[in-house]
Amino acid sequence: MDVLYFAWVRERIGLPRETVQTEAATVAELVAELRAREDRYAAAFEDLSALRVAVDQELTDFDAPLAGVREVAFFPPMTGG
Amino acid sequence: MRIVVQEAPFDFGAEAAGFAAGRHDMGAVVTFTGIVRDRPGGGLQAMEIEHYPSMTQKALEQIAAEAVDRWSLGDALVIHRYGRLEPGEQIMMVATAAPHRKDAFEAAEYLMDYLKSRAPFWKKEYCAETGTWVAAKDEDEAALTRW
Repeated sequence: MDVLYFAWVRERIGLPRETVQTEAATVAELVAELRAREDRYAAAFEDLSALRVAVDQELTDFDAPLAGVREVAFFPPMTGG
Repeated sequence: MRIVVQEAPFDFGAEAAGFAAGRHDMGAVVTFTGIVRDRPGGGLQAMEIEHYPSMTQKALEQIAAEAVDRWSLGDALVIHRYGRLEPGEQIMMVATAAPHRKDAFEAAEYLMDYLKSRAPFWKKEYCAETGTWVAAKDEDEAALTRW
């Protein structure tokens, strides 16, 4: 699936998007896999309360299932308007 | 209902004048525009607005559709820019039209509250070549609870 990063999450990880091969059943499991990869991921996902997640462009939470999902995006709380 | 996400500036006067023009069933139009504000004491060079292109339009449409349902609005308009903006530039606008002013005012506030916290935009302020991400405010999240 495609994993997208925005704002300081993008800067911390150093990528705007990547394709990830995963068997993770939920967003939380995907986060655990990413955190285990490298320090920059661990740093980006250090505090999940400072992050929001969208699955296939819909805001959701970290318990959301990933079956059939094509795109997961991680970003800080939005600051529109 | 019109939702526009663009990098280019927009003409607030023309948009406001054209919005709900010719509608004889709307007694009230409320418009709001957000402007890049310099820091107290100055020093803001620019604001960079990042967004999530494939999600932005859909998120704004959902927010606007909820407002239209909730207040039986005749029409709603949201324009939001992204990219690099300088102090004094217009970032975004909303407009609402309703038969009565209370609905138009409340729906405009609702749109603004949800745009702040639920539309996928992020702001970075540049001062002296240093960029700082603008943190979401707790009161912006809390503002949603009143609806």
